[in-house]
Amino acid sequence: MTKATGTGLNRRSLLKGAAAGVAASAFPAPLIWAQNIRDVTLRQFGTGVSNINEVAQKVKEDLGFTLEMTALDSDAVTQRAATQPKSFDIADIEYWICKKVWPTGNLQGMDVARIRNYDKIVGIFKDGRLTPGATIAQGTSPHSVGFTDGPDGTGFADHETGWMTLIPTIYNADTLGIRPDLIDHPVESWAELLNPAFRGKASILDISAIGIMDAAMVCEAMGEITYGDKGNMTRDEIDRTLAIMTEAKKAGQFRAFWKTFDESVNLMASGEVVIQSMWSPAIAAVKSRGIPCVYQPLKEGYRAWGGGIGLSRNLSGIELDAAYDYINWYLDGWVGGFLMRQGYYSAVPETSKAYMSENEWGYWFEGKPATEVITDPYGKPMAQPGETRDGGSFDDRMSHIACWNAVMDENQYMIRKWNEFIAA
Amino acid sequence: MAAHPKTFPAASRLLSGASLKNRHVSGWLLASPLGLVLAVFLLLPIAMIVIVSFWGATEFSIYPAFRWDNYEFLLTSPVTWKVFLNTFKYAALTWAFTLTIGFTVAYFLAFHVRSLTWQIALFLLCTIPFWTSNIIRMISWIPFLGRNGIANSTLMSLGVTDRPMDWLLYSDFSVILAFVHLYTLFMVVPIFNTMMRIDRSLIEAAYDSGATGFQTLTNVIIPLCKPGIMIGSIFVVTLVMGDFITVRFMSGSQSANVGRLISNDIALLQYPSAAATAVILLITVLLVIGILLRFVDIRKEL
Repeated sequence: MTKATGTGLNRRSLLKGAAAGVAASAFPAPLIWAQNIRDVTLRQFGTGVSNINEVAQKVKEDLGFTLEMTALDSDAVTQRAATQPKSFDIADIEYWICKKVWPTGNLQGMDVARIRNYDKIVGIFKDGRLTPGATIAQGTSPHSVGFTDGPDGTGFADHETGWMTLIPTIYNADTLGIRPDLIDHPVESWAELLNPAFRGKASILDISAIGIMDAAMVCEAMGEITYGDKGNMTRDEIDRTLAIMTEAKKAGQFRAFWKTFDESVNLMASGEVVIQSMWSPAIAAVKSRGIPCVYQPLKEGYRAWGGGIGLSRNLSGIELDAAYDYINWYLDGWVGGFLMRQGYYSAVPETSKAYMSENEWGYWFEGKPATEVITDPYGKPMAQPGETRDGGSFDDRMSHIACWNAVMDENQYMIRKWNEFIAA
Repeated sequence: MAAHPKTFPAASRLLSGASLKNRHVSGWLLASPLGLVLAVFLLLPIAMIVIVSFWGATEFSIYPAFRWDNYEFLLTSPVTWKVFLNTFKYAALTWAFTLTIGFTVAYFLAFHVRSLTWQIALFLLCTIPFWTSNIIRMISWIPFLGRNGIANSTLMSLGVTDRPMDWLLYSDFSVILAFVHLYTLFMVVPIFNTMMRIDRSLIEAAYDSGATGFQTLTNVIIPLCKPGIMIGSIFVVTLVMGDFITVRFMSGSQSANVGRLISNDIALLQYPSAAATAVILLITVLLVIGILLRFVDIRKEL
């Protein structure tokens, strides 16, 4: 099969044959279905969390084509996806960004019939529920922007239609990061971010759409504001939230605000900050420097986010086929294993299991104590035997989501207010 | 001309003959390549920015329109005024420090170092930090000034303070410090340049007439250095007013200047609003330069 040059064969039928071959064989390894796929280059961009060179290398090894990765910050990702449709083939974006990007028409719907592991994708990306009967969290939950009406759909469908906007790849439940060695009392609530005990030692992120959610978690935990929907605030709620944050800022509560992953790591590792909103791999990065850092579960729950891969409207022919190959490969487990070792979750956790040791699977997914040293994907030790993951198992964490990162109806108003907060 | 090949020899003779000798025509011809470059790469983009500043925007698109909304929101928002004030504060303080330091360094190089070799050697020494990028030079201040940084640990071991001084980093102090560090050379170069052109006999004449060193400085050297000071000031003021990265990193995102407003708007896809802010900033900077140029006639001085 791999020797076929495609001269006498229709490429489509060849691809179908290849897909059938994969389905028939017990091996999850993708098939190289034509030599000319080696000439294909797909350009992918996204945030630093998942645009990792190791993935591009593995794609070249397993699939044969070249994947060019560009890592940007969240704002730059939105900007590029919305304004430079010809500059990418694959957009690795977050679901809340999807709400801004999808209406531009720069992406195309994806046929789930071509996604091998579609049935195994976890429920939160399909109907919003982790388990049947679970409640759906506030905010822009991934399933609400996950489906469209067809390959050319421009709106979102509220149920599974067979056409996905993004293929979910990674997601996580975020909480506050703390430095346990520099804090003398237990931290159990989001309200601790504004605890005067941490004056001049707290931080929050300066990405308005996410920062406002953290602020809302804090204000709600303090009992100051009860929101109708934190992910879709009214103007009054926005005003009151940022008034509380501005007051804290003026009182010197914050040491700095961060915008990129590296900034958050440096703030925490250098001890400038002892409590801040943070991302899971940033915690991993601080810990791998030998500095204690905890991703502290809080009683009000987590603020979650999800990322996925979208296909450019301009993709067609062999490039589109290669992109589907890539998506199928992505959900096959190797990437999932790689990402889960950083503390994220794979959209199809069960395939990742094959690429993780029993110890790793137990620690990262099941919340069990480590039986051996746990290392990050680059081999640096992360946890010692006996330690358990902050927040426990997958089910424990993902069933305590209070809110998803969101784009609100009053987004523009919120941005203006956020700018005022930064300038205050 | 291509359409009338028959007239070509005549036209060319005309061109090479009378008109090329005409100083105005040859002057325009000589200036035209640069003029063309400036038109395409400077005037055209600015015109585009001005046009877009009147457009409307939604969450994910911008559409052509003619509306004053962007300006109206910008000019009536107290945030804008606060941020412009902050921008002026940074520009004024940075200008004062870079001028003092820059003038002193240039004075030392021009009048205290006697040999030309040493002058050049020391001058090159000043440029060494510029072999690395702006961002790296700026960011290296962060671990230095931090709570557990070298500055604080040194001060504490010397017994100057007993606890770390938080205001060293993520404050206006660190922003100004980084600006001064980044831009002082832009003062040194033009001032040094004008100082080297000062006729030394003028200084001797001043001494011979019984002027003290200070009088020579204020009555001879400073007036003669005015063009250099002015060019350096224009450099520093325009650079500081447009720089948003330094403000973001060194203030830990806690303060904002106009550049940050623009970069935030761009990041959030609010291009028309960013364009409107840019237009106002451009006008402001041009006004500042206009005021600076009132003090000295650069054309005459050069």
